[in-house]
Amino acid sequence: MSEAHDPGFIRRYIFSTDHKIIGIQYILTGLVMGMVGGLLAVLIRIQLGWPTAQWELLERLMPRGYPSGFMAPEFYISVVTMHGTIMVFFFISYVLVSGFGNYLVPLQVGAKDMAYPLLNMLSYWFALLSAVVMMASFLVEGGAAAAGWTAYPPLSAIASAVPGSGLGQSIWLVSMAIFIASFTMSGLNVVATIFTMRAPGMTMMRLPLTIWSYFIAAILGLLAFPPLTAAAVLLLFDRHLGTSFFLPSGLVVAGQPLSFQGGSPLLWQHLFWFLGHPEVYVLILPALGIVGDVLPAFTRKPVFGYRLNVYSLIAVGVLSMVVWGHHMFVSGMSPFTGEYFTLATMVITIPMTVYGVNLVASLFGGRMRLATPMLFSLAAVALFGSGGFGGLFLGNATADMQLHDTYFVVGHFHFMIGGVTLMGTFAALYFWFPKMFGRSMHEGFGKLHFWGTFAPFFMVFFGQHFLGLQGMPRRYYAFNTYEYLEGTAGQNTMLSVLVMVLVAAQFVFMVNFLWSLFKGQPVEANPWAATTLEWTVASPPPHGNFGDTLPAVHRWAYEYSPDGTGEDFAPQTAGPNDAPITA
Amino acid sequence: MTTVADGAVDRWAGGVCPFEMGWRKLMMWIFIITDGLLFAGLLAASGYGRTMASVWPEQSGVFSIPFIAAMTFVLISSSATMASAVAAAHAGKTADVTRFVGLTIVGGLVFLGMQAYEWTHIIGEGATLTSNPWGDPLFGAYFFMITGFHGSHVLTGLIVLVSLLVRWTKGLSTSEGVELAGLYWHFVDLVWVFVFTCFYLI
Repeated sequence: MSEAHDPGFIRRYIFSTDHKIIGIQYILTGLVMGMVGGLLAVLIRIQLGWPTAQWELLERLMPRGYPSGFMAPEFYISVVTMHGTIMVFFFISYVLVSGFGNYLVPLQVGAKDMAYPLLNMLSYWFALLSAVVMMASFLVEGGAAAAGWTAYPPLSAIASAVPGSGLGQSIWLVSMAIFIASFTMSGLNVVATIFTMRAPGMTMMRLPLTIWSYFIAAILGLLAFPPLTAAAVLLLFDRHLGTSFFLPSGLVVAGQPLSFQGGSPLLWQHLFWFLGHPEVYVLILPALGIVGDVLPAFTRKPVFGYRLNVYSLIAVGVLSMVVWGHHMFVSGMSPFTGEYFTLATMVITIPMTVYGVNLVASLFGGRMRLATPMLFSLAAVALFGSGGFGGLFLGNATADMQLHDTYFVVGHFHFMIGGVTLMGTFAALYFWFPKMFGRSMHEGFGKLHFWGTFAPFFMVFFGQHFLGLQGMPRRYYAFNTYEYLEGTAGQNTMLSVLVMVLVAAQFVFMVNFLWSLFKGQPVEANPWAATTLEWTVASPPPHGNFGDTLPAVHRWAYEYSPDGTGEDFAPQTAGPNDAPITA
Repeated sequence: MTTVADGAVDRWAGGVCPFEMGWRKLMMWIFIITDGLLFAGLLAASGYGRTMASVWPEQSGVFSIPFIAAMTFVLISSSATMASAVAAAHAGKTADVTRFVGLTIVGGLVFLGMQAYEWTHIIGEGATLTSNPWGDPLFGAYFFMITGFHGSHVLTGLIVLVSLLVRWTKGLSTSEGVELAGLYWHFVDLVWVFVFTCFYLI
């Protein structure tokens, strides 16, 4: 595109086909959705922390959800459902996967844009539509969907089951269909771009781990989402056209027998988790890839075991397609099947452990600088290690029989797809903010935000592991009614207070983000002295990224301290005979 | 860096697509895999429903297998004409492209017509989405679901082909455009082979 061509404000910032603008659009949309999801978490914790308290303010704000100041059980389960849905599909997916994926993939492989910019724009507008549709379900008769983010039938299939099973659930399914369409378009672009548009010299083994992780994640998304589409269509037929794909005979709602026969709710679980398990890797791999690239920039040494990390990512991608049954150990599957899924799950821990241990080894002997992105990266590694230990218990059918559907599970997945991804997201936001906006974020506020986020986060979800061991089941509305759980009241109140601290800390981030946009210190092209291609161009990069000629790549992405001495690095574009740069 | 034989280009070294095709074709291939998995999900679901069912009807007693075989023949033939259109496009024989794409459209229309006839016949025997006279209610549901989904894909393919034909006659399309439409059309036909095998035959 010629320099003189000015597309005008609307085409440049709103209906833009520039991957950088689209990435930022995704990130901002995702952050707004993340705020909604966080506020829903506050509602959940208020209920669990103080189950007998009366909330007049909440009644005034949400009269249907809080009749006479007490949270309605139907509203609680809607809030839990929407918290999970929004955080998984609209926060982490948009900010970390689609947002940073869009922003980083063309820049780091050395391309001017995505392979198909128009499709890219379309994917964002589908994503926004899907988010708006999902939010609209709060406003309809009966409220938002209430069958959990997994939408298990019969609760999700019978419109009369609970209030949220009505229109709210239908809207949930429609929104998911739009989301899948958007995610497919975006995934097609990522895979095609990485395959076909790498700059000259950028071999696959010179790609940064970030790009490898987006590559594997995009392939997983493309392979795993279609069966969920099929399942969603079948579920819509069950809901609106009277079929019984997921509904067995003998169901009774409010004393009225229903006419369904022949189906099986287990089929949904199989189809859902065939998506659902790869989906958690779609979310977590980009975080791990980003951490693998951020750590070296702050230890000034290469990532440990780059090749092994790449092979691990590939192995995890393949294995993630064959372990879905470990979500269903208590569903009545054959013990032999359970044994297989246990074994497969234990196998997938091997490449994941290799990756995690390599990240830890990357720190060894490094000269660490604890800037905010580094702190969040370390937090991601810490959560990945701790959460992984919990996974060993849950992946074992024998232990899972006891722990299934308790807060042990809630604590575990918040460590992994909640925590590792959240910390990875913040690491990415602090690390690439200077590249995106040409200004750096405030370091002091960043550190305050870090400690206000990581400390309460770890305590809340570490604590939930212990609640789970005491038998506290997830998705229950109040625990003061069960004698055996009366002892957990104090712990629950403490966790609720910690969540308030966690949420309050996010306001520090919001202030920092907005302040830094306008008042942050202007930065040069490469403020972190990092090696990958995006740091060789101006901050923010111009339209078309690299000007008229694509960069020539001569080395891998981890040329830090090439001689083992001094604070040196060589960007990927440095020729074979160029001396390393002294920072 | 991998060593490269004299004169050959290392296709994985960046700067070129490793598969000797542009991103459009690569994207179409990946999309086809994705869409194929959608049908895999549906067929797996019908297999699941079938193993759960106490009575699953004998297909030859419900469908006229020779008629279904004729439908299959029509669709495969349209794949052959589509392949000829792609070959003609690469050879630069503009008129032949128009003729063969037209024939493919006719083949697709005949297939859809035969499917409509079959649906009418099955509905006439009393099958609906929720019940059917041959046993398990899921049998009818899966029949309409899977053949309907495939039919909608054929319809999409026809829309693609018609727009291709219009664009080709106006000189707006390229031989790659013909090839991409051809890929999708072959995919739709291949899926039918799986539907035919998994749902009608075994």
